Amino acid sequence: MVRTIALLIGAGFVFVLGIALFGTISTAITDPAPETAEHEFHHHPKDAGLSSAGLFGTFDKQQLQRGLKVYQEVCAACHSLKYVSFRDLEQIGYSEGQVKALAQAWPIEQPSVNPDTGEAATRKNIPSDRFPSPYANEVAARAANNNALPPDLSLMAKARHDGANYVASLLTGYQNQPAELLRKFPDAKTPQGLHYNPYFANLNIAMPPPITSDGQVTYEDGTQPTRDQMAKDVAAFLAWTAEPNLERRHAAGFATVIFLLIFVFLTWGAYKNVWRGVKH
Amino acid sequence: MSFPWANHYEPKQPLMRWMDEKLPLPRLVYNAIGAGYPVPRNLNYFWNFGVLAGLALVVQIVTGIVLAMHYGANSLVAFQSVESIMRDVNGGWFLRYAHANGASMFLAVVYIHIARGLYYGSYKAPREMVWLLGVVIFLLMMATAFMGYVLPWGQMSFWGAQVITGFFSAIPLVGEPIRVLLLGGYAPDNAALNRFFSLHYLLPFVIAGVIILHIWALHIPGSSNPTGVDVKGEQDTVPFHPYYTAKDGVGVAVFFLIFAALIFFSPNLLGHPDNYIEANPLSTPAHIVPEWYFLPFYAILKSFTADFILTGKLWGVLAMFGSILLLFFLPWLDSSPVRSSNYRPTYRWFLIVLALDVLVLGYIGGAEATARNVIIGQIATAYYFAHFLIILPIVSRSERPRPLPNSITEAVLAKHGGTSPAETALAH
Amino acid sequence: MATVDSTITPGDHPAHHDGDGHDPRRRDFINIAAVAWAGVGAGVIVLPLINQMNPSADVLALSTTEIDISKIEPGQSIKSTFRKQPLFVRNLTPKEIAEADAVAISDLRDPQSLEERTKAGKKNWLITLGVCTHLGCVPLGAGEGENKGPFGGYFCPCHGSAYDTAGRIRQGPAPTNLVVPEYAFTSDTVVTVG
Repeated sequence: MVRTIALLIGAGFVFVLGIALFGTISTAITDPAPETAEHEFHHHPKDAGLSSAGLFGTFDKQQLQRGLKVYQEVCAACHSLKYVSFRDLEQIGYSEGQVKALAQAWPIEQPSVNPDTGEAATRKNIPSDRFPSPYANEVAARAANNNALPPDLSLMAKARHDGANYVASLLTGYQNQPAELLRKFPDAKTPQGLHYNPYFANLNIAMPPPITSDGQVTYEDGTQPTRDQMAKDVAAFLAWTAEPNLERRHAAGFATVIFLLIFVFLTWGAYKNVWRGVKH
Repeated sequence: MSFPWANHYEPKQPLMRWMDEKLPLPRLVYNAIGAGYPVPRNLNYFWNFGVLAGLALVVQIVTGIVLAMHYGANSLVAFQSVESIMRDVNGGWFLRYAHANGASMFLAVVYIHIARGLYYGSYKAPREMVWLLGVVIFLLMMATAFMGYVLPWGQMSFWGAQVITGFFSAIPLVGEPIRVLLLGGYAPDNAALNRFFSLHYLLPFVIAGVIILHIWALHIPGSSNPTGVDVKGEQDTVPFHPYYTAKDGVGVAVFFLIFAALIFFSPNLLGHPDNYIEANPLSTPAHIVPEWYFLPFYAILKSFTADFILTGKLWGVLAMFGSILLLFFLPWLDSSPVRSSNYRPTYRWFLIVLALDVLVLGYIGGAEATARNVIIGQIATAYYFAHFLIILPIVSRSERPRPLPNSITEAVLAKHGGTSPAETALAH
Repeated sequence: MATVDSTITPGDHPAHHDGDGHDPRRRDFINIAAVAWAGVGAGVIVLPLINQMNPSADVLALSTTEIDISKIEPGQSIKSTFRKQPLFVRNLTPKEIAEADAVAISDLRDPQSLEERTKAGKKNWLITLGVCTHLGCVPLGAGEGENKGPFGGYFCPCHGSAYDTAGRIRQGPAPTNLVVPEYAFTSDTVVTVG
């Protein structure tokens, strides 16, 4: 009885799938899905060669400090970093005093309340504050940016596939739309107000090129601020903001794996010992 | 239960004797997973995975309780509280990565456990109840994993909740009201998040309870074995402890090694980047997929693209639930008296095809819905149902099994080539 | 797993009599080592599970508070917060200072003078945590019109502890004076606590 019902149900599902399969195949023949520009012209991120990549990756603190400077001078005007606190900067080599000074001098102030009137006000940042957002809310952000919302950057390096490399590639990836693309997909011309960038998922990004010329940011450590260098430095910085515990994680992992390898060896020995002489 | 030759618990110390009179818990443990439980001597490493699944549940409960101390189940703060765990809580990143990857480890171990049951016929008489309870555990696990994935309140969390509760809207007439009831609203929001958190905390303990029943039911007939031949006598078994505790120890060590490699060196390998973007009810990610362990079922859901009497959507939902529920009928769909597929030359090949089929479904579940992928998915889905509902009932009747060994001991000795004089004495 | 070594003592099990002739005790060393290693691992893994309960980095970061005291008139006090606990800042009147100084230190349950509880030259600024040292209620007396208790300082309504104008325990079950946190005057009008 169970088997008869099963046969019927099974035959039913297979039959319906047959119909669906027929439909899929006939559609594929009569009305094949058109190629899209996104498919053909999208590039995967280039390897930016960051020191944090790989199994034993570590951060280059000098580079993170340069990246912070790029974020501060180039990105921070539009992009928030709302999950990171000023105090976290002690992890990339600043002293407590430096962090305090940096927070004090940060151009965007922290929202607060006027203690006398209760009205909305702002105050200077202190180390325990998170990085203040440049816009009060999403509506304000869109209004100031041609209806595009600049995403928060705290987790950008984990929120995109191959995120840190993606940031570096995207920042230096702006170019004119290839003639071949326009020949093949005449409708895919980059709309007014957007910018062609083959590393962006749909090729047309609302953000204007942020890093436009060598020397846009002045580095204190003597590194040449080329466009490429600035893009890599801010990518490295965002790799850190997304995963500040990376170094600790790798170090703990190394110890744990060695410990467990020994454990595998010991349990294997104990197993062989317990079972010696018992065929199985 | 036990075989008559099982070791008997005889507490020697006065304290343990006193304990045994008042609360014979040590006796229970001794008879369940100690020296008092005789187990076939020929179990291979696939029999490690039951213990590993239990271990994975413990890992999930422990890390989960700790994470719940820091998590905020409110749609306004959930994402932020997870980030705070990752950045500010002492060792929080470790606990959260352990919990997230622990879910993957748990499901992976359970899939191998299920595959072992399928291959060696562990679902057959007299162990049907063990199998049925196992399917219940699997369903509870899927519900728990789904609700847990919603909690970080990232984009995949939100849209996962939207899509999965959307299954219910396929039901004619009452579907939409049911969906609204489940979500406590028209879209996933604070009400849904809170109830998912509540249930995500509850269900693991329900799972633990069903696991106790699962083990209880197992101990009545005793463990199966790779030959599928019943235990005939004392020489066929060894006590669980120390023999299988030692063997499980190796499995546990390897389990933790793989687990640690994931946590410390590739914690986001099995996750999805979009879940590091906070939930946004106004924008669906370009390419939404469930976690890897649901991909085969997702492929089945996507394969029903045509209406036939019912809508394609309803067919997809029915098939997806059906693909799991049919496992409840497996003990009666398979009428072959032979348990182990090692002795079922025809069915063995169909099972290997099934395993590949599920892998293909997994790939298709995560791939883009191009015509090629949809066609492959539809064929693979058809095989999945045909395998269980058509091929298995027919093959199990028509196939001529290979001759079975007379006993477990005979099979073991044949493998090792010849008998040793001490053999009967050694097989305790 | 946990007792692999303890139950298979030599002679207990036929498996131990097969003969490659070694001392069974020495071979069981590997069992003991495996179990011990697992024990070490279990011990280590407990550490992060306990340590996660310690204050997290964002809580620790809130450990200093700046207070503007310019608007507190003599005889007034304000309630502020320090590490999420109430903090009383009180501008003592000369009369209150005199009352506090008049008490014989040796009569006190927790002997301390007002000088010891304030900064040099700022004897009128009494800064204490607003946490009763009995069981942690917030004493009354800092707010306008609140009951200051029989000694004119603070009075805890939970179990009746009464503090004097130097925040010292005078009556009731509390064992010690109100706690004076670490603080410093960063200017004449600003105090940094913590």
